[in-house]
Amino acid sequence: MASLLEIRGLSVLFEGKRGRVAAVEDLDLDLEPGEILGLVGESGAGKSTVGNAVMGLIDPPGRVEARSLRFKGEPLDLADEAAMMRLRGRRIGMIFQDPLTSLDPLFTVGDQLVETIRLHLGIDEKAARARAVELLGSVGIPDPEARIASYPHQFSGGMRQRVVIALALACEPDLVIADEPTTALDVSVQAQILELIRDLTKARGMGVILVTHDMGVIAEVTDRVAVMYRGRLVEEGPTARVLGRPREPYTKGLIASVPRADRRLHRFPQPPGQADAAPKAIDLGSHWLGAGTRRERSDVPVLEVEGLTRDFVLRRGILGIGEKRFRAVDDVAFAVREGEVVGLVGESGSGKSTIAQMVVGLLRADAGRIRFAGTDITATRRERDLLPVRRELQMIFQDPYSSLNPRLRVREIVAEPIRFHRLASGEREIQGLVLELLAQVGLGPEAARRYPHEFSGGQRQRISIARALATRPRFLVCDEPTSALDVSIQAQILNLLKDLQETLGLGMLFISHDLPVVRQMCDRVAVLKQGRLCELASTEELFENPQHPYTSELLALMPRLDGLAPAPAGALDGSSEANVYG
Amino acid sequence: MQDAEARSLGRIARLRAGNDVLDSFLSTPRVVIAAAVALLMILTAVLAPLIAPHDPFDMAAISLLDSELPPAFLEGGDARFLLGTDSQGRDVFSAILHGLRISLMVGVVAVLLSMALGVTVGLVSGYFGGFVDSVLMRLADVILSFPTILIALLVNGILRGVLPSTQATATAVLVLVLSIAVNEWVQYARTVRGSTMVEKGKEYVKAARLTGLPPRTILRRHVLPNILSPVLVLATINLALAILTEATLSFLGVGMPPTQPSLGTLINTGNEFLFSGIWWVVVFPALTLVVLVLSVNIVGDWLRDALNPHLR
Repeated sequence: MASLLEIRGLSVLFEGKRGRVAAVEDLDLDLEPGEILGLVGESGAGKSTVGNAVMGLIDPPGRVEARSLRFKGEPLDLADEAAMMRLRGRRIGMIFQDPLTSLDPLFTVGDQLVETIRLHLGIDEKAARARAVELLGSVGIPDPEARIASYPHQFSGGMRQRVVIALALACEPDLVIADEPTTALDVSVQAQILELIRDLTKARGMGVILVTHDMGVIAEVTDRVAVMYRGRLVEEGPTARVLGRPREPYTKGLIASVPRADRRLHRFPQPPGQADAAPKAIDLGSHWLGAGTRRERSDVPVLEVEGLTRDFVLRRGILGIGEKRFRAVDDVAFAVREGEVVGLVGESGSGKSTIAQMVVGLLRADAGRIRFAGTDITATRRERDLLPVRRELQMIFQDPYSSLNPRLRVREIVAEPIRFHRLASGEREIQGLVLELLAQVGLGPEAARRYPHEFSGGQRQRISIARALATRPRFLVCDEPTSALDVSIQAQILNLLKDLQETLGLGMLFISHDLPVVRQMCDRVAVLKQGRLCELASTEELFENPQHPYTSELLALMPRLDGLAPAPAGALDGSSEANVYG
Repeated sequence: MQDAEARSLGRIARLRAGNDVLDSFLSTPRVVIAAAVALLMILTAVLAPLIAPHDPFDMAAISLLDSELPPAFLEGGDARFLLGTDSQGRDVFSAILHGLRISLMVGVVAVLLSMALGVTVGLVSGYFGGFVDSVLMRLADVILSFPTILIALLVNGILRGVLPSTQATATAVLVLVLSIAVNEWVQYARTVRGSTMVEKGKEYVKAARLTGLPPRTILRRHVLPNILSPVLVLATINLALAILTEATLSFLGVGMPPTQPSLGTLINTGNEFLFSGIWWVVVFPALTLVVLVLSVNIVGDWLRDALNPHLR
């Protein structure tokens, strides 16, 4: 039987004034019917570009070259736009990452499905509608007869992605290209969508190319996996083999740097060839970073949160009549001791970021109390009275691309808090401290005179950390500090945060949706669901013996490599780093 | 991840376009010429007292015997008066140079004033929101719902009533600048308010708030530098607009007095003589105005496109 898709020598080139960039270089791939092929790699690896090239969606100045491209044995002529139009939608379906933007908000999902079906299959309105209902039912939308008249915004994210899948399947395509189909979704929804894709693939005998950066997703559903790095295919083979016994060093590193949920390691393993940004050991007693900070070690909590509640107004009413409110955080209480790391986990909408914003004082609480080192943040109205708290309580943000002012040099960004809080005497000391802080996060002195846009995502996140340290804080709130980064960079940043936390004895509130990361980082973990605290326990207890049913559910849904991957010690060079300590 | 990928593709696209602002400037001859003309006019305006062949304000130096002479290149022209003379015997060329000076001065000061006012209002409105925002923006709506000239005339009328000696140059300039600025700050305020609201939501502003910086510092140091490029575009285009408004007001007789004429005043006084055949008194100042406004506008249009990331 002929391959469903046969790619030989595929290159995608971008020609520019200052040279040529090959987004994909000389790639060979095969896909059989009924097979799910995972295309995995870090950002910039060219994995999405492969999908777009096969769909004929590369626009000039991009240029696609291939020795041979065959779809069901027939040559695929990307230059013939009319022929590609007939293929797209009908024989090749596509599922994009964001279900919000891939549906037209002005039409009901029924209209969109019926139009697609009629256009491609040429059947009448009534038959098309019946088919649409059937499709919605088959992707697991309850009561499809009624839901077909709904608009996209009336569906939740997961349901919307199901509609997108229904749309992609509308004409029974032979090949579906799914580009990060679950990246924007919560784990529970992700598990359902992945299962749906797998079932449909097997039932219909179609081929699926699943583009993702998530090794967990790859392990969960794919039959074969192709690993890409900088536009080239590094390794390809059956999923169990590639994940279990990777041959190439790059694949080994990629797999090793995926945080593990099954036990606690001392450090996050790094891919080979990447050095740790290990901060220098410093003596807090004499070092600037330790000076002037009240840091009596005790079991007295540094951060106490009681009965914290916050509503968001969805619709304004007149004098409260007709007002619609949404309770984002509902009566949450927890405490963090000096030098302790407490994790906040939960799915999107569980209120974890809202709590973070209230703790640092970016958002007011409607009810409840937040006490930091004896100061009641919720009761303090004047910004000036908050200054001591501001200095000791800092935050690391999620998006390294928007968390640094693009118009300021790194030197200025890091110096500003020192200058403002008068933590140094004179400009010379300030400049010295800036270089020292940059060194602490593993950046050289030349970084100081550059602008943020000259740095990669991981480097920018380190600059953010240096800025947060510049106030000599005793407590850090980290809101998804690595979810915008690649996994190899993630390990670096997390190790850095962990080292700094230990060296400086920082208290930390660590917010993440990524359970394996939380397991490695935190001493205790709080699980949130729809604004309420479900469970708060020590990390070991929570992962090994969850008490709340929702916690067990979250743990069960987490895609894992554990069954497939070897012990990380084997995959690492210098395995001394991987000593088990939990 | 998708974002990062999109960014790297964006980098590739930029690499291809190679579209630095300077590149784009040099590769558009229209803009280079317009910028050169505008610069030349600004220079002559600044240096007018030095390079003008006559002093049109020196009553002792002008002679009625020289009145209504045609331009030097026409029959009956006098080599001393390049573009001819008006009914009082003043040199039209020198009058234009001095008029240009006053027109530009009013335009630039009006733009600076309205920019300062508008940017401040926009920053405050966008950053604090709520009640302050509502009040300021409703005020802006009210101003926008009246025709520009009407408001300018109104302000003009009030100020002339309040301020003594409106014939003095300084007062006349002040009145004009205020009449124009009252209209134009609104555009800056709206643009800046929108950009400020966008920047305010970004994490670097949140980080500045967490450092404890007061709003004044956050706005000046963090928000302002990031919202300046649309303001610069607006300022260039509004400079042309301000010069035109000034000319209109002067033409209507409520601007600069005939003793200290701007381009508008020159056109106004020249207009009366158009039908008696001494066309040069009105045509040359008018041409100067057209060329000035046109070249500033061309530069402004180009700047808008060059700084707009969506068009690059």
